[in-house]
Amino acid sequence: MIETVTKVDLPVDESLRILKNRIQRGEGRRISIVTGTHGDELEGQAVCFEVAKKVNEHLECLNGTVDIYAALNPLGIDSITRGIPGFDLDMNRIFPGSEDGVMTEYVASKIVGDIKGSDVCIDIHASNIFLREIPQVRINTETAKTLVPLAGFLNVDFIWVHAAATVLESTLAYSLNSIETPTLVVEMGVGMRLTREYSQQLTDGIFCLMRHLGIWSGEVTEPRRPIVSTDGQVQFINAGASGIFIPQVEHTKQVKKGDYLGDIVNPLAGIVEQRILSPCDGMVFTLREYPVVDEGSLIARILEVQG
Amino acid sequence: MKRETIFELKSLYRDSFRITGLTFGRGEKSACIVGALRGNEVQQLYTCSQLVRALKRLEAEGCINSGKSILVVPSVNTYSMNIRKRFWPTDNTDINRMFPGYELGETTQRIAAGLFDAIKDYKNGVQFASFYIPGVFVPHVRIMKTGYENVDMAREFGLPYVVIRDPRPYDTTTLNYNWQVWEANAFSVYAGTTDTINRGDVTLAVNAVLNFLHKEGILKSSGCAHEGYITKIIAESDLVNVQARTAGIIDSFVPPGTNVMRGEVLAQILDPFEGSVRSQIISPTDGVVFFAQEDPLVYANASVYKIVHM
Repeated sequence: MIETVTKVDLPVDESLRILKNRIQRGEGRRISIVTGTHGDELEGQAVCFEVAKKVNEHLECLNGTVDIYAALNPLGIDSITRGIPGFDLDMNRIFPGSEDGVMTEYVASKIVGDIKGSDVCIDIHASNIFLREIPQVRINTETAKTLVPLAGFLNVDFIWVHAAATVLESTLAYSLNSIETPTLVVEMGVGMRLTREYSQQLTDGIFCLMRHLGIWSGEVTEPRRPIVSTDGQVQFINAGASGIFIPQVEHTKQVKKGDYLGDIVNPLAGIVEQRILSPCDGMVFTLREYPVVDEGSLIARILEVQG
Repeated sequence: MKRETIFELKSLYRDSFRITGLTFGRGEKSACIVGALRGNEVQQLYTCSQLVRALKRLEAEGCINSGKSILVVPSVNTYSMNIRKRFWPTDNTDINRMFPGYELGETTQRIAAGLFDAIKDYKNGVQFASFYIPGVFVPHVRIMKTGYENVDMAREFGLPYVVIRDPRPYDTTTLNYNWQVWEANAFSVYAGTTDTINRGDVTLAVNAVLNFLHKEGILKSSGCAHEGYITKIIAESDLVNVQARTAGIIDSFVPPGTNVMRGEVLAQILDPFEGSVRSQIISPTDGVVFFAQEDPLVYANASVYKIVHM
């Protein structure tokens, strides 16, 4: 059933509604699937569709509640805007919000209040328009003990346990984890696009997790065994010059130290500004998708193979 | 005055991105003043330009104490200013969420690092700041409660108010916060508007900085006619937030600085199609209007005024 989580009137003949689809059968546990915090990240849309469709088609396999929040930032999704239009605010920096606050904070507080109490929440992101990511779960070290075992069911390739940062305390995931609602952040694909292979991979993983939690009794696939790594194993490659990045390596490929990853070129002059080589052996799990780069722009991240 | 490029980034098709610094006097790094960090902070840029004008005159008159130097950085984001955008042109990131920066990191982290490296050792740091909601403030000094804040020094600006703010998680990446962590006395001066110029507030802000520099022994004379106001210290949490109950077109009756009484009608929200009054915004307290939002369209729950309770 489609329910309204919160509703706020906009100035001219329109209301902003945050909607969820609650699919419920039996007394089992509750999973919340959340996406669309950033209006330019669409990979989660296909996952929401696939999960809702499959659960509806096999309701007899459900024992519990599946809550799908497909658009936490509907104005952003509609206007191809990453933040909240009209405020130029990153919605994932205003949680847990405030019921007495301005419209954005009020909406954020209502969202947190509604998801609170879920046995698990999956917060699906899609990088941004600049970078392509393999399906991965990102977990703060403070919550790793609880979340890494759950993330293992999500059928992702990689679990990145990263250092805590004060600035990330304003995210939805941090806010929910702080109130005993285990929340896993998934990053996959690229902004403004759908990668069907990835959405199917994560959908399969969500059903694996639901089965583990006793919410789903239908058939599931065997989840992939993800690589679990910490910050120390991730190598960042940033542009050393401004220009157009032309990749010579495919996303997800294994590379050796010194392998040729691509060039930053100056099309006007016809010269290569920077030839980019791999700093280590490993897997290219992040690769620049948007060709225009400034000095400093992230080109790739490589998960280093030890030894 | 010595003009120099503090940081430079080459671009593919645009002129190089540059952060320019203007230095007055010689010797100890006594004070640094940063103007616009965002592309729409025109009031902050203009305020800096008027401060530079005043400092040039004072330097020519020998009014800078020997052994003291002042650095002014009028704009940190010229690229965005020139295309009328608030944040960084390509990835829309906010330089004021990147401090202390990282010289090997992403573009705006590098810009923040380049700037911070040049200004972190100044004893006093002043930033002309703006608010994310379009609106007008009574000019004031804002400091963050980090444990390093110096409230008494904030009075030296002679502005009517000093606001003390408890930092939120995102504040830890701002210039003001990091200046304090690096043991500078850091102050944010809110000079009224953001993307429009209000000359009266500019004069107040410029005089406030000159008074501060004089009282800190950096200038022999402020060159100002008076030393400003007796400052009232308030906590940001004590500001009374007045919200719109309904959305629509706002018809506001009270500009910032107005004394208001409890029960007074401050504004009315009109139906955008019919012009009828949907709701009135009533002052919940006696006080002074400290902030007024200036967007004619308001959302439900929008923070329309902030009032200093009397």
